[in-house]
Amino acid sequence: MDGLKENFINKVASFIDYLSKHLPDDAVARLKEMSEAESVPRAKVMYECMLRNLRLADETDRPVCQDTGLIQFFVKVGTRFKLIDSLEECLKEAVCRAYLSAPLRPNAVEYPSEKNTLTDVGEGVPYIEYELIPGSDKLDMTIYLAGGGAALPGKAAVFPPGAGFEAVARFVADAMVEKGVNACPPLVVGIGIAGCMATAAKLAKRAALREIPSSNPRSEIAEQEKVLEKILDETAIGPQGAGGSASVMAVNMECACHHPSSLGVAVQFGCWAHRRGRIVFDGGLNAEVLSHGGFKS
Amino acid sequence: MIKLSLPVTEEDVRKLKTGDEVYLDGNLVTGRDRVHERVVADKIMPEVSLKNGAVFHAGPIVRGDEATGFETLAIGPTTSMRMEKLEADFIRETGVRIIIGKGGMGPSTAAACKKYGAVHLMFAGGAAVLAASKVALTYGVKWADLGMPEAMWLMKVKNFGPLIVTVDASGENLFEKNKALFAAAKEAALKKYL
Repeated sequence: MDGLKENFINKVASFIDYLSKHLPDDAVARLKEMSEAESVPRAKVMYECMLRNLRLADETDRPVCQDTGLIQFFVKVGTRFKLIDSLEECLKEAVCRAYLSAPLRPNAVEYPSEKNTLTDVGEGVPYIEYELIPGSDKLDMTIYLAGGGAALPGKAAVFPPGAGFEAVARFVADAMVEKGVNACPPLVVGIGIAGCMATAAKLAKRAALREIPSSNPRSEIAEQEKVLEKILDETAIGPQGAGGSASVMAVNMECACHHPSSLGVAVQFGCWAHRRGRIVFDGGLNAEVLSHGGFKS
Repeated sequence: MIKLSLPVTEEDVRKLKTGDEVYLDGNLVTGRDRVHERVVADKIMPEVSLKNGAVFHAGPIVRGDEATGFETLAIGPTTSMRMEKLEADFIRETGVRIIIGKGGMGPSTAAACKKYGAVHLMFAGGAAVLAASKVALTYGVKWADLGMPEAMWLMKVKNFGPLIVTVDASGENLFEKNKALFAAAKEAALKKYL
């Protein structure tokens, strides 16, 4: 068991290390597409900096951004997955190892002492969200390096349900224009709709981690995603908030039923340096990385 | 494209206009939230003079130590607006003329830039390896007790850019202007699609 565990920890750690230095293939493709479509000269200069930065990070084996974030795991774990009992311990250890190998920036700060733990691990960090897959022996894990800048403009609120899509659209557009400018656009925008603030926020995060491009399977929601994308693009914030013809990499919505008297809405932004990865382990703990074609374990 | 060598003169800085693309050579320091607090709130001056120099709002990933030497691996700008409350006093106290960061700054900094002859320049956020590739030497650290992101790192940069002037020494402010444009565009788009 210890050998299996050790092997699992090392695989996760090496993927976190890689993830800090490479964006997923879909995000890179989207940035290239946006760069080519951009016509504003200053915005073009910004895209050139961003794409050159990705090439340099790969060539020099360095983190894409100095803010390597707080590490978050979104875990779909089979109830028969071999390491289910020690999963949290393994993931924490993987973060500690990636912190040293990459190296990642120490970003876990205790409240209210403001003391940095200097390991990227601490109370509630890394964040781990679990979904159980009954009867399965697999582990399907999305890992996200959540930077501070893109967390700042995040917002949640509860509206009376009558406020509807109009309130949602205004809420998201206001958040983006007020503070999204400093969150390293073009942004990934995740929106959650549910019965209360907390459940909406959880869905907003999931929405922000969807593949790019992707649409909500429900056509009426997919339609709202498209409308919101047009609205946010037309704010003309552009890459780095310096002005441009498009401002978002994706606008994704995830919804749950809400209460007859409350409509919870949350918006979660992701910066252009969208360090999101997906790794799947089978019952024999063999790993497959689905997000990064270039990853060799 | 404008090339400047640090330290700069007031005249160099007063020539810059918002939107200009600038490349820098010479020594600069990093300084973000805690460095600003230490200078402005705690009234402790840094050991190195910032007069006519540049401060970079950035918390780098640095490898090495004093004995073996430092290497800056990644150094993207952090959000400059966080320093808005303290920047005007920081400019007055230190005599710094170039502030570099992400996004723009507010009216208080713009007023100080006008009064003392300083500018704010933006670098592409998240482009941390590109910026690190412009750091020729990381020759020291002050206030290391603040931790790696918050300490004052001393660096020599070469051809550091492209940097865009967001606040010039006449007080013009690109991001404040853009903010109004984006807000108006948002209202127009909401009206159009809803």
